[in-house]
Amino acid sequence: MVIFVYYSKSNKNLLQNFIIRFFEKTRESVEFPLAKLYDNDKAGISCFNLFELLKEENRMKKIIALLMACMLILGLVACGSPDTTGTGAAVDTEAAPTEAGATNPAAAAPEGAASDVKIGLICVHDENSGYDAAHIDGLKAACAELGIDFNSQVILKTNIPEDEVCGDMAIELAEAGCGIVFSDSYGHQTYMQQAASEYPDVTYVACTGDMAAVSGLSNLKNMFPYTYESRYVSGVVAGMKLKEMLDAGTITDPYVGYVGAHPYAEVVCGYTAFLLGIQSIVPEAHMDVQYTNSWYDPVAEAEVANALMSRGCVIIGQHADSTGAPSAVQAAKDSGKEVYSVGYNIDMLSVAPTAALTSAQNNWSVLYKAALEKFIAGEEIPTDIAYGSADNAVMISALGASCAPGTQEAVDAAWAGIKDGSLKVFDTATFTCQPSTDGSYQVDADGHVTSAFGLDTNGDWVNDAGEAIVDGAFQESVLRSAPYFSLRIDGITELNNN
Amino acid sequence: MSQARQKKEPLLRIAKRDGISRPAAYGIRLIAVALALLVSGAFIYAVTKLNPIEVYRGIFDGAFGTKRRCWVTVRDTMMLLCIGIGLAPAFKMKFWNIGAEGQILIGGVLTAGIMRAFGSSIPTPALLLIMAAASLVGGCIWGVIPAAFKAKWNTNETLFTLMMNYVAIQITSYCVALWENPIGSNTVGIINQQTKAGWFPEVFGQAYGLNVILVMALTIGMYIYLKYSKHGYEITVVGDSVNTARYAGINVKKVTIRTMALSGAICGLAGFIAVAGSSHTISTSTAGGRGFTAIIVAWLAQFNSFVMVLISLLLVFLQKGAIQIASQFNLNDYASNIITGIILFFILGSEFFINYRVIPRGKKEGNGK
Repeated sequence: MVIFVYYSKSNKNLLQNFIIRFFEKTRESVEFPLAKLYDNDKAGISCFNLFELLKEENRMKKIIALLMACMLILGLVACGSPDTTGTGAAVDTEAAPTEAGATNPAAAAPEGAASDVKIGLICVHDENSGYDAAHIDGLKAACAELGIDFNSQVILKTNIPEDEVCGDMAIELAEAGCGIVFSDSYGHQTYMQQAASEYPDVTYVACTGDMAAVSGLSNLKNMFPYTYESRYVSGVVAGMKLKEMLDAGTITDPYVGYVGAHPYAEVVCGYTAFLLGIQSIVPEAHMDVQYTNSWYDPVAEAEVANALMSRGCVIIGQHADSTGAPSAVQAAKDSGKEVYSVGYNIDMLSVAPTAALTSAQNNWSVLYKAALEKFIAGEEIPTDIAYGSADNAVMISALGASCAPGTQEAVDAAWAGIKDGSLKVFDTATFTCQPSTDGSYQVDADGHVTSAFGLDTNGDWVNDAGEAIVDGAFQESVLRSAPYFSLRIDGITELNNN
Repeated sequence: MSQARQKKEPLLRIAKRDGISRPAAYGIRLIAVALALLVSGAFIYAVTKLNPIEVYRGIFDGAFGTKRRCWVTVRDTMMLLCIGIGLAPAFKMKFWNIGAEGQILIGGVLTAGIMRAFGSSIPTPALLLIMAAASLVGGCIWGVIPAAFKAKWNTNETLFTLMMNYVAIQITSYCVALWENPIGSNTVGIINQQTKAGWFPEVFGQAYGLNVILVMALTIGMYIYLKYSKHGYEITVVGDSVNTARYAGINVKKVTIRTMALSGAICGLAGFIAVAGSSHTISTSTAGGRGFTAIIVAWLAQFNSFVMVLISLLLVFLQKGAIQIASQFNLNDYASNIITGIILFFILGSEFFINYRVIPRGKKEGNGK
């Protein structure tokens, strides 16, 4: 019977000593069966023939030896840290758990009130999705600023689908001692709400959610940055490129495509702001939107981008979490088409070096920090947490090499206008709508919106709270953090909203 | 090196066992579990340099660490067990019903639909009865269709039941799009979140008490049905040999259809338990692959429903533990799945040693010479 043993350098002696003692062998006879299969200066794998060792022993001793060998393997595995210097003569399995247990990061927590908090984060995908990476990095940055040790004080749950698993996890995190639990996807909200009603002492923050204010629960919160601002500015970048192409005569039709996720307010708000940004440079620009009905589906996003490009779109924007669309645009560009991509969440230059212009980005750390600051101080966290460019909660990524000259100046001007309030993204003078069929908004003779529902939370076409149009502009993310702009403006065609 | 025996005898020989005593069989299984823990311990250490004992404690914590986790484990065990109970008669008859996923989904969709539509107008007890009846009928129809085709035209039930899954998944997707709340989110959300109409009531102060009662009743019922009823005997005979069954005057077609009606109905009821008793929502992941996992449960237990309790508990325990160690030790899901895989491999492998014995070289004549 051949036994394979994995050992670290220090334990090799231990193993040999054990064999020598137990079988009353000489060191030479033990060296031989310990044939080296693999050996470096830290560890190795060895094999020896147990029968060889046992051939003169009686049956009882054989059984004991076999058991001991099993224990030995477990012992070596348990205490085989390469740094262990002990070369004791006997196998010390007892010491193993305590030794390894001491390395558990309990003592690493920083000082102060921040060291007591435990934070849970539920992510719909993992770091490979740009959207989730933005959340994870955001929480990391916020923790670093507040002196919270991310590794020991944050419990991260990734790849949690938008179904009852999320509910289990939200409760699981509460049971694990988390005082505050964040979830990053819209569909998590209903399960977060359920958990919030069962654990009133735990604060649940459903990012991008919209039900906190109407849920009647004081421990359910929502947060969402003013993404529409960065969408608008990324639209300015696209508009500059479109203008350059029109001026150069490479295109005649300022035709834009947009890869949308799901047909609802968050996405509608985003693509409308994007087109308005483009129209601030090229007023006659128009856009087609096609939905993938998924937040993250690289294949579908690439397919939709290709479909839009074959319709004649020259700029492809996106509200979807993967690099599918920019990669498809880069491939088309490499084959000689004059097409460009505007991404979301992450800098797309790595996958689309010449096709990517910029990406609209959220700096979630600002929001996480705001929520955690209040939480640590023991203050009431606002039901809706929303910040914009004025607080650096939104931004666009570095401009790509393909951007038109003068883009940086236009971008700076747009940011300055948004920050000082002179530029309103949803200025009703800049867009028109067809008259409403459901009474949710009113338009004047020219098609400019004069009034619109603020919050219609239950979809019954009765305004539940607030008026959206104030001072000639749609007030987005003011009545609640999650976007509620769902007007369909002229110039945008939804290809597959059913 | 030594003066080894010169005989050309193989090192190990394998022979079929005539029979094995029950304690010996369980002894082998216990050894398999112990070996599985050893090997996965070695794997854990080799890959992650973590102390395996800590990791095992993490697995245990994940399943039983808190009262709440215990109940979640019980809830998921009951769910898996219910499907296993449903599959047992079909598989005992050697009817390869791999359509449990579809049967669960149909039961779940009907339950969710009724819960949405009548949540405000019918009191919960009556609503529960209606939903249970609808899911039973729905699952039953989903099971009878392939059985009837098999009985009448001898179609292949494996492919047929598999295809029925896809039909059920598409119907579910359609209903999810139809009922999505809020609009555009592509999820149904928790149904009747405020009123809790159509949800399982708490029994003995436990949200999942009714799940346990229902499934345990089914477990006992199925044990009696398979072991002591005439139907159960017919299923055994058909499963062992269709020709013998025919010779004995058993109407094979009737037994096939009847058994699949029962199998499908119980799987449909599992959909009802999943929606009304646990998730309170419907999505294409409501069945979540459990229709396939339950096949392992039924098959490993050799259709003994009480053994199924243990096996579903073990599978759910491993799954919960895997999730726990993934987050506790920052392993990714794959590492914990490998551990689950190693443990399952050994447990399945132990069946080999229960059916066969291994004779090492020189064992038989060794003592004499």
